[in-house]
This record gives sequence, structure tokens and C-alpha cells, in this order.
Amino acid sequence: MSEAEMKIGAYLCKGCGIGERLDMSAIAMITEREAKAHIVKEHDFLCGEEGVSLIQNDIDNEGVNRVAIGGCSRRAKTEAFTFGDIPVTRANWREGVIWIRPDTDEARETTNDMAADYIRMAVAEVKFMHKPEPNEERATNNRLLVVGGGISGMTAAVEASKAGYPVTIVEKTGALGGIAAQLHKRVPEKSPFAEPVDTGVAELIAAIDADKNIEVCLNSTLAKTDGAPGRFEVTVATESGSTEEKTFGAIVQASGFTPYDANKLPELGYGKSADVITQLELEKLVNDGAGDIIKRPSDGKQVSSVAFVQCAGQRSDKEGHLPYCSGHCCTTSIKQALYFKQSNPGIDTNIIYTDLRTPGAGGEDFYRSGQDKGVTFTKGNVSEVSSEGDSLAVKFKDLILNEDAQENVDLVVLATGMVPNSGPNIDSELTEEEKNAEEKPISILNLNYRQGSDMPQLKHGFNDSHFICFPYETRRTGIYTSGPVRRPMDIFQAKEDATGAALKGIQAIENAALGRAAHPRSGDLSFPSFQKSGCTQCKRCTVECPFGAIDEDEQRYPQFNEARCRRCGTCMGACPVRVISFKNYSVDSVGQQIKNVEMPDEFDEKPRILLLACENDAYPALDMAGMNRIEYSAFIRIIPVRCLGSVNLIWITDALNSGFDGVMLMGCKKGENYQCHFVKGSELAQIRTSKVDDTLQSLSLEPERVETHEVAITDIERIPQLINDMAATIERIGMSPFKF
Amino acid sequence: MSNGNTALAEKYRNNFLQEVIANVEEGEWVRMCMQCGVCAGSCPLGNAWAHTPQEIFMMIRAGKREEVLTSDSMWMCTSCYNCIVRCPRKLPITHIMHGLAHYAERMGLAPKNQPTRKFALEFWKNLTKTGRVNETSLGVKLYFIDGFVSGIKKGLAALPLGLRMFKTKRLDPMAMISSSGCKGKGDIHKILAKAKAIEDAKFQSKNA
Repeated sequence: MSEAEMKIGAYLCKGCGIGERLDMSAIAMITEREAKAHIVKEHDFLCGEEGVSLIQNDIDNEGVNRVAIGGCSRRAKTEAFTFGDIPVTRANWREGVIWIRPDTDEARETTNDMAADYIRMAVAEVKFMHKPEPNEERATNNRLLVVGGGISGMTAAVEASKAGYPVTIVEKTGALGGIAAQLHKRVPEKSPFAEPVDTGVAELIAAIDADKNIEVCLNSTLAKTDGAPGRFEVTVATESGSTEEKTFGAIVQASGFTPYDANKLPELGYGKSADVITQLELEKLVNDGAGDIIKRPSDGKQVSSVAFVQCAGQRSDKEGHLPYCSGHCCTTSIKQALYFKQSNPGIDTNIIYTDLRTPGAGGEDFYRSGQDKGVTFTKGNVSEVSSEGDSLAVKFKDLILNEDAQENVDLVVLATGMVPNSGPNIDSELTEEEKNAEEKPISILNLNYRQGSDMPQLKHGFNDSHFICFPYETRRTGIYTSGPVRRPMDIFQAKEDATGAALKGIQAIENAALGRAAHPRSGDLSFPSFQKSGCTQCKRCTVECPFGAIDEDEQRYPQFNEARCRRCGTCMGACPVRVISFKNYSVDSVGQQIKNVEMPDEFDEKPRILLLACENDAYPALDMAGMNRIEYSAFIRIIPVRCLGSVNLIWITDALNSGFDGVMLMGCKKGENYQCHFVKGSELAQIRTSKVDDTLQSLSLEPERVETHEVAITDIERIPQLINDMAATIERIGMSPFKF
Repeated sequence: MSNGNTALAEKYRNNFLQEVIANVEEGEWVRMCMQCGVCAGSCPLGNAWAHTPQEIFMMIRAGKREEVLTSDSMWMCTSCYNCIVRCPRKLPITHIMHGLAHYAERMGLAPKNQPTRKFALEFWKNLTKTGRVNETSLGVKLYFIDGFVSGIKKGLAALPLGLRMFKTKRLDPMAMISSSGCKGKGDIHKILAKAKAIEDAKFQSKNA
């Protein structure tokens, strides 16, 4: 749209005390003459029916096609201030100005400066915002692919089918059921949480067999997965060698876990005595047993005493052991001890644990039930299990009595952990050991993505999920992991997880059909586009995209897959030649805001500090600081950004060049326990800004002038403090010499 | 229960735990302990005990019959009820401690010179004799609990206090001799004898 066709309406609200605090006539003049809004109107109560219809009327009859509103934060009154697809910007006068400034004569001038700058910025921004174009990639395929036919996969399939979506299950083995099918019984999930109950696997399989909406491909794997939400092209290969092309809307990866190899635990007697078994082997033993009698494997003697060794090869730093807790094993051992108690209450069952963990609402009740039925719990550290005559000697340190102890039993059950079936780690090169290993991790999805064949992993081989804030999320839009491939979990949790994953898949299907973004910018219709002519094929965008949304075409130009994109703008922040932009968010839409801040000259003693604040945590926290009337410096100018990852270094350079005395960046926590809504954005921003020092040096500016902070949404008091600290720093080191 | 003292419970088997469940007052609760240690941390006299309640419960599970029953730990309990109030599993720990002490006494394993035990026996004797506690005679008994010489010494040390109490009619030396027992103390003796018979019978039937 050309300048001539653009008609900007600026609407200045005087409600919520804004009118009393600000010099509205002066600001209206600035909006008209300096910011050059075409229509400027003041109103006492803009979010009311009358105010909203005032704006709507100008849109309908006066040809207003851009709206800038001075009033409350962009996070408030969003429904009232939405006018179809007309771009709207907001000058945050309420939470960002009058609520954070003292109502004194002294402060009046700087407070007014602040409000005037914010409306200048809002009008400047809206000039560079355009209606999003229809997404060419919209595709409708509502079939869900579930990879894995265990308890998680079957649950996901059943739940999706219940919601009216057809499902295809691809299962590697010849039968549905997975590990849960090998169990005798399972831990109860309903009150009174007292007795082991039926696994429910048979029921699930029957439900799937009876469901015409669910297609099951046994003995099958994925040979290739390509495309994006709404149009995943999948090659399903069967064991016999035949392949079939199928199209899906979304994918749930429920590839489950492999039991830890107990052969790595010779000190606990595994492999040396047939009477040392794992939990899963005990399930088989009980299933095979005649009636209620459990016989030990070595000589078929009826078991009269059994010891359960918890954390076998788990929660340990030793090489080859699992460093994490598998979550289910304590309750599983209680369940298994009850198998024995049910057959004969006189059987001694001793669970030797270091920390007993029984997660879930019923976990504690089940623990009590075990104690009540006479299962003994001993806090101890098992060091060795060895054969001693006719029995097994379990040597351990009793941690309550602080002494070495020994118990002789007929059978020892090792609580070994879960190893996720998450495929190869796409972010790391294979180590020598892994290269030489007989069994290399096999790709589950065989994704034809530029960033790798499988879902990224976070820790200990588990697939990355946004586990602190949005545990159902993954880093590949439209592909959701569920069950123990994501984190160790029991059947109850896996079912719940699978239901969540199925719903996420359905969301992705629906969003793809409408060309909209998925979480966290759900509903966003904009998507990144790039100017091919300027692209240098540096590959930063394709490498850095946290969601693997960008592939490379044959000519090695980036190829955006809009349906995979989460609209964080990390690619825009990465691009050194600034050719990537969104229709309503671009290098210009932010850059122009920076340029339109009025820069007082050096001797006015009014420094200017730019704060680029992540809209997910930092900006809401700032709004809440306003609600709590926490004062901070009037010299700050805050611009919300989609993610720190979208911050292009040019903004910082421009700000410093145009006379800003300081630049602050606030984003979410990065690293292993990240809270960044876009996973990697905050981390990438910090890597990029670490290179700002060169810019500062070339401008002969002090390094203190640019700061990056990790903040959380709860830092309501800390963020104002950080701003005030920066203002104090500027006062100490002096004003920037770049004010012209 | 003649051979009970000699038959050593096998380690980490349920034998001793079963014995406690069957015979000790509130003993069925021992299996519900989750070893959190809040009782141990809450006991104001915990430092003075050889074993905290948490340890005693673990020792019971570990089958350490001799060690538990000969321990003086549960005799140290002052019934402040801190542990009961705080136990997240709602174990009546104070009652279990007294139950264990009582059981140890019955088994003849209680430490002979444990002062609380000695006091308890004197108190019981004094009380059941007439159906009413004679404070003066109980007091004198306690002065001499550690022998004649120590009794005289303690008595002399407390003499000024005793004289003042005498002057204000708070102490009647004659009461020591002219016991003011309650009416029908013969009936009380009968009641106690019957109660003991019932308890013994119960114990016999459980451990038959």
C-alpha cells in the first residue's frame, strides 16, 4: 500500500485518569503535526461502546485503515480494540506511563515526554504494519498419524477418533499393546488406590479393532516424513518391504521406551543368578505362574521372601547408569509386592529404597495400602547381591540405622529404568563409541527436514518438550511426542499425556487448515517472507529456526514452511541482510519506533534508554509493575518484541547511533531449564548481543550501555529495579555523544 | 511366651514386626511409618535418647528384638505429644513408645535401673495399695530410690523447703503413716486383679 492510500487514525483515550495526568492538547498536537496521523480524536472512555464505534465509524466512513490508540497497554481491552484485519497499535500510557510515574509537578514534564514518545512510536509502527496475506500453504487433511501402538499411542488414537478425527497407527511390532501388554496388572488409578488392577490393554485393543475411524499398520515403520502440518507426506514401510504413501494432518510420536539393560548391573547379581530379575521379568513370571503361586526361576521353589532393589542403575552418576528417576518404579514395586501378598500374606516382601517416590494423587494411598498389607519398606542403599547357598544375599547400608546390613531372600527384583525410544540426537555428532556400537539409534520419523531426521532432544535422550511452561509443546509444529519418549512416566500419566498430544495434533490440523499459527502466537495469520534478491544464502535462518520450519531449496535459498512456523521472528533477528519480515512485524516496524523517539540534546539531561522487552514475560511483568504502581525511570522507552530471538542487531546499532544512552534487552530464561516461549530465541539473542561489544567499540561507547537480562513474569519488582539501575549507570558514565 | 526372649527374630523379616503388631498397644501402626524423621526432629528430648522413634520403628522392621526391648529410649518419653501432633502419617507415637515400654517390662527385658521405670513401678505400687496416691510416702520413697545415703542427703538438702511447707500446712508428716485410702479399696484390688487376668489371657491366646 502506498503512502497516499494509507490513512492513520490516532485515538487518544482520557479514561482511567490519563486525561488528568497528561497534557492532552499538547499530545494531540504532537500526534497530528509530528507523528502525522491523519485523524486525531480524543475520547473520555475509548474502550466503551461509544468510543469503539467512533473508531469503527472512521474505518467505515472516513477510510481509516491504520489505527493507533493511546491509552492502556496492548495487553488490555484487546477485544474492544480489534477491528477486523485493520492493523492496530497501542501507546501504553496507562500501565507504561501514568501508573509508573509519580503524580508530582516535578515529574509532569518527563511523564508527558514519555506519553508523547509512545504515541509517536505507535503511529510510526502502524505505518509499517500491513494486513496479513492469505497463507498459500493452507492445507486440510484431518487424519492423525500415531507412531507407536503402545498404551500412549492407542490412547491418542482412541481419543482423536472420539473427537471425530480419523487415525492411522503405525506400529513396529506385530501387535498392539507395547510394554503395557506384558504386565500382569497395573497400579490403580482410581480411589481407593488399594489393589493392583487390570491393565486395560485388551479393552483398548478391542476399542481400536471396533473403530472404523482407526487404521492400524502393524510391522510398519516410517521410511520418510515430509511436509508440514495439514500436509505431512509419509512413506510407511512394512517389514515385508512394501511401501505406501500416505498424507496426514498431524503426527503423534508415541514411540515409548526400552527397558534399561540390566546386564550392566553385574554387582546386583543380574546375569549371575537366575533369581535376580527385573520388574518386567517379574510380570512375566507372575503371568506364567500357575494360579497365585510365584516360583523362582532357578529351581521352581515357591518364593517365600523377596527383596525389591529400587533405583537399580538409576539416579546414579556411575558410567552406564541412568542419571534420572524413572518415576514409576516405586509404585510398580509396591504393586509387585502386593502380587506376593495377595498369593500369601506370609511372604516377606522388602522394598529397599533410598527415596520412595509415589507420584500422583493416589500414589501415597497406594504406598499406605502396601504398608497396611505388610510390605516392609527399608531405607537403604544396596551395594551387592550374591548367591549364598540356597538363597540370595542382599547387602545394603541401612540409612536409618546407619549400619551395614544383609538380608537373605529367595528372589531379588531390580527396579531398572526407562530409556526413551527417541531416535538419534540430531543436535550432536555421534561419538566414537556410538559409531562403533552395534545398535545405532534408529530414526523414528525419518523427517526430511533440513535440521535433522527426528525430534530434538533436551536431556538424557528425552525429546524436548517445553516442560516448564507448556509441557505438551515440541519443537516441530504438528508433531507431538507423548508418553515415556518425552519423560519417564507411568501408564496413568502416559494416557493423560497421549490425550493431550492428540488434542495438540487436532489443534495443529485445524490451525493449518486456516493458515494460522499454533501456540504461543495462536491465531496469528502473519508469516515470514523473504526477499530473494537480497539473500546471501548464509543459512543462519535455516540453522537457527527453533522449530525447523525453514528448509533449503535446490538453489540453497531458504524455503519457508509457513505451517511449521511459530511466528517468533528468530529468522528475522538472525538475518544479517534483513530480508526477512512479517507483514505486521518487521525490521522497519520496530526500527521506525526507535527512530521516532524524540531525542533531547546532550545538555537537556534527559537520557533515553531503549528497552526491547519480550512480549511473553517481560512485557506482562512491566504491565503488572504498573498495576502495582512501582515507579521506574521516565527515560525508558519500551518496545515489545515477539521474542528476543527476533531482535535484529541493527536495532541496537541504530538506537546507539541515533543517540540512545542505553539499550536493554529482556527475555525469558535460557538454557537447560529454559522458559523462552520459542525455546531457543532468548539463547540466540544472548549469543548475538554478545557480539555487540564490537559495535560499541567502533562507536567508542562504554560496554555498560547495552545489557541483556533474563527475566520471568514474576519479576514485577526486579524489572523496574533493573531499569532504574540502568538509569543510574547512564548518570554515572554520562550521556551518549551521539545526539544530533 | 516362654521362649520369646531367646528366639531371635530373623533380620528384616516380619517376625518381630508381627510380634509388635500382635502384642504392643497401638503396635499395628509401626508398619505405617514412612521414615520421614519428623518425630525424631520434633522430640524435645531426642538428643538424650539412644534411638529416636524413627530408629526404633526401623529397628522393629529390621527384626532387632533384643535391642529394641532392652533399650531405655522409649522410657525417656515425657508424653509431650509433639511427635503425635506432627506425624504426617498420624501414628500415635507417644502411645507406641509407652506400649513398647510396657511390653518390654512384661517380657522382663526392660533396663532394671532406668529411673523412669523405677518411678513408674513405685507410683503404681503406691497408687494401687489404697486406691489413692499418697504424695508424702511416694515422695519419701523417691528420696530413697537410689539408696539410704543418697536419700538422707537429698532429704537434708530439701529440709528448708519442707519446713516452710510444714508451717503453711502444705506438708503433713503424719499422712505417711495414717494413710487416707479410698473407700472399698478391696474392690479396687479385685478390679485390678481381674483386669490383669483378662490381659494375661488375651496375651496367652495371641501367643499360643
